[in-house]
Amino acid sequence: MSEKEIIPELVRKRRSPFVDVMMRLAKSPLAMFGLAIIFVLVFCAIFAELISPYSPIKQDLMHMFETPSAEHWLGTDEFGRDILSRLIYGARVSLQVGFIAVGIALVTGGMLGAVSGYYSGKLDNIIMRVMDVLLSIPQTLLAIAIVAALGPSLMNLMIAVGISAVPTYARIVRGSVLSIRSMEFIEAARAAGSSDLRIILKHIIPNSMAPIIVQSTLGVASAILNAAGLSFIGLGIQPPNPEWGAMLSGGRQYIRDYPHMTLYPGLAIMLTILALNFLGDGLRDALDPKLKR
Amino acid sequence: MDNMLDIRNLTIHYEVESGTVHAVEGLNLTLGRGESLGFVGETGAGKTTTALGIMRLIPNPPGKIKSGEIIFDGENLLDKSEAEMRKIRGEKIAMIFQDPMTSLNPVMTVDKQIAEMISLHKKVTKSEALKLAGDMLELVGIRRERMHDYPHQFSGGMKQRVVIAIALACDPELLIADEPTTALDVTIQAQVLELMKELKQKFSASMILITHDLGIVAEICDKVAIMYAGRVVEYADKRSLYSHPIHPYTRGLFRSVPDIDEDVDELPVIPGLMPDPVNLPSGCAFHPRCSMATEECAKVRPEMQEAEPGHFAACPFCVKKFMNGEAL
Repeated sequence: MSEKEIIPELVRKRRSPFVDVMMRLAKSPLAMFGLAIIFVLVFCAIFAELISPYSPIKQDLMHMFETPSAEHWLGTDEFGRDILSRLIYGARVSLQVGFIAVGIALVTGGMLGAVSGYYSGKLDNIIMRVMDVLLSIPQTLLAIAIVAALGPSLMNLMIAVGISAVPTYARIVRGSVLSIRSMEFIEAARAAGSSDLRIILKHIIPNSMAPIIVQSTLGVASAILNAAGLSFIGLGIQPPNPEWGAMLSGGRQYIRDYPHMTLYPGLAIMLTILALNFLGDGLRDALDPKLKR
Repeated sequence: MDNMLDIRNLTIHYEVESGTVHAVEGLNLTLGRGESLGFVGETGAGKTTTALGIMRLIPNPPGKIKSGEIIFDGENLLDKSEAEMRKIRGEKIAMIFQDPMTSLNPVMTVDKQIAEMISLHKKVTKSEALKLAGDMLELVGIRRERMHDYPHQFSGGMKQRVVIAIALACDPELLIADEPTTALDVTIQAQVLELMKELKQKFSASMILITHDLGIVAEICDKVAIMYAGRVVEYADKRSLYSHPIHPYTRGLFRSVPDIDEDVDELPVIPGLMPDPVNLPSGCAFHPRCSMATEECAKVRPEMQEAEPGHFAACPFCVKKFMNGEAL
């Protein structure tokens, strides 16, 4: 008899930290605004073929430099290409660059950071000094150097942006591993007979997720900005492929006469970065154990 | 006598920048099966280091077991490989830590933490381990329905119960409790101690209880070892130690415990502080604080001597006086 009576109570009480964080996140209007924009972008990126009114690379020399109208909602550029369509396709590139670059940075930096934090000593010293050297070079400059060496392409752009962000993640992961490694429950796990690998995977990593999640969200924003910057100076996505930074760069010479060509890509970049930052801030607050109620 | 644990001449040092910290110096200790030993001393006397030494969990660097033997079940733990030690930890020797607030993983439900201990040492399936975890929780007096809760949903006393459940999950032969009640308030302390006493008997485990509270020792221990500056200075069964302590340090400790029948304005204290473990005083480490110290004490390191059957003290002067029936 008791089995059935207990179950509803179990279900009610079972609230994982993930649900907890999501509920706290939902209380922040700014974070929700950010999340909404990001959903719209992801939607655009996935269904670009279906929702964009025109092809992003089809030239229409009869309709060059058109200002926004019913036909071309955001106007056309110097080759008569529809700016809205280009922005929608551009979202695909930007998000891809943002997430994959952060993925590269996170996996590489995270592994380096975890190893050097857990096994401190000489290895830690070597890894972190190399990271310091990388960190002393401005991120954009480092990315430029890497793309210049590898040659401009989408893949190389992601690698360059990713590598230039590795030291940041290595430091964050190392820091949180260090602080968690000295906690008593790690010692307790060792006293229970757990191996190093088990301790890292089951105890240390789940406990150091919070700062990593926050940094990754903010990192996607800076990766997108970085990629746009590289494209702006011609080292990223090559024309005629649509990319927000490249569009800015292309419209730059016409800014006095046709400001809409630079305005909309600029707005797209700004909104995306703003949304990601709002979300990142919201997540940071939601994941902060001091604010737990 | 059947000794399950026999520590011989254990020396543990920490090499730090300012020098060598003599955390444990030539420590000797025995513990019989089913016995519980109270390990009493001030902060920094080397109690926790000894406990971690038995588990071979001294952080290295800077810590290092310099010499000695730790014979557990007839085998020297210091000769074991790391893999062999991992099997012993948790299964044969389990440990309860001081602060229940930090000794549980905050992002794991408690049943999983108990089940982890079980599945590390027993061949059981995941669901069996979780079921056993629920049984353990009930054993320590926590309702089974709460097994899926996270540590932050429990109070301090209940967390310590969970920690005890984890420690006892594999039915260990030896339980080391490092100040298990220091972080708890007095009423909860009493409950947790009662629980430990009960479970210790139920599981017929031996126990080393590290504490600086002589009251707790009186309540649950059979034997007492008083530790000072890395050495055991007095070792006896509880009754004879409490009725007639011999070593001047032990007597000083007892004098500083308030007596309910006596009306005093100020409790007598032992003058001075614990010596700096980096450079311990020569001879008897206690001599700078001892009212009975002679020149001899500063020169010769006193050995443990048997004053009466089973009662040892490391003060030849006091032992002699005691045996002659003189007042100490």
